[in-house]
Amino acid sequence: MRKGVMRPGHIQIRVLDVEEALKHYRDLIGLIEVERDSQGRVYLKGWTEVDKFSVVLREADEPGMDFVGYKVLDNQVLERLHAELIGYGCNVEEIPAGELNGCGRRIRFDSPTGHMFEIYAEKEQTGKWGVGNVNPEAWPRGLKGMKATRFDHCLLYGPNIKGTLDLFRDVLGFELAEQVLDPEGTRIAQFLTVGMKAHDVAFIEHPEPGKFHHASFILDTWEDVLRAADLISMEDVSLDIGPTRHGLTHGKTIYFFDPSGNRSEVFCDGDYHYPDHEPVTWQAEQLGKAIFYHDRVLNDRFLTVLT
Amino acid sequence: MPDQSSHQIRVINRNQSFECAEDQVLLVGMERHSAAAISVGCRGGGCGVCKIRILAGEYETKRMSKAHISEAEQQRGYALACRVFPRTDLEIESDHYRAPESSYQQAAVTLSAVKQ
Repeated sequence: MRKGVMRPGHIQIRVLDVEEALKHYRDLIGLIEVERDSQGRVYLKGWTEVDKFSVVLREADEPGMDFVGYKVLDNQVLERLHAELIGYGCNVEEIPAGELNGCGRRIRFDSPTGHMFEIYAEKEQTGKWGVGNVNPEAWPRGLKGMKATRFDHCLLYGPNIKGTLDLFRDVLGFELAEQVLDPEGTRIAQFLTVGMKAHDVAFIEHPEPGKFHHASFILDTWEDVLRAADLISMEDVSLDIGPTRHGLTHGKTIYFFDPSGNRSEVFCDGDYHYPDHEPVTWQAEQLGKAIFYHDRVLNDRFLTVLT
Repeated sequence: MPDQSSHQIRVINRNQSFECAEDQVLLVGMERHSAAAISVGCRGGGCGVCKIRILAGEYETKRMSKAHISEAEQQRGYALACRVFPRTDLEIESDHYRAPESSYQQAAVTLSAVKQ
């Protein structure tokens, strides 16, 4: 049952060098650089996103993900979910408005998989970049690189994904859209949604808590995914795998690494989910095909390389 | 005559060696020679998969994830091969990364056992 969480709102990614990272997220993926704050963090967004930012880069000693934030309908929902998260037993922290430039009060909480998440109700809306909201043109001129349209989801690794599913489903109103089950029926991967998308966040069972597999950005077409692959070669960027198609979600995709080793995905298309849909299941015996539908073999690097 | 700015990298534990230019990191040098002496991960100093120990020779490093190379380790010659530029010929030892076993890997082992 939906609980008033609308959509993914932002992700803060740790990088070893902010200037190198900008070449990746701004010049290659094509996000719009919005601004920098007094801590030196850089804010970016995809051009179709109406909120001020969706990606924050923070320079640090250890690459990975600091937190992912989800936007809720309004402050009433924020208050109700704040209380429910405390009642559920999460470690909950209030982050004052303005700690991220242009973002309202955030409620931060931890998960059994060892990741930090946030919900918030307010963020400055600067509108789509380069096009208006009345009689808008199809796309703005001046986009760079892969011309990613928005931040879409992330995949996280950690222990006890069942615990995190319970939290996301029972407290936050996410639904299980797709899953991988082993022969004993244990879930080893789960794709959760708060809307019609095949995933707004995904988890894979893994012994180390708090690990980051990738942040994903959406492109319009398969031709754009191919063109992204061309750019990866032209710029001699570290390629992981692709272009190819997933069995899970059926998205068309390519994976590559930022200069600090955080994995990025750009993709297009894929399955959809309505609240009355049963979860789609892939059997672990078909794991190779579930992950890479064409190769149909397990790729060790894709499964094990994390930040 | 060998190129002055290129150095011989000997990977002791794998009994292999490859040439690496001064402006190239070891991992890229290795991949350009289609060698497989060091495991390849993210190539960005983040994942730890290409962790090596440098036993002899001089080198410079770019910033590496502290999660995989602590300062103490760095002083003892540990490094990520994707962040190491050679300044002389080097003797190194690869395979220092210890991966935690994930359910996916366990599933892969189960799967290959079933197939056999």
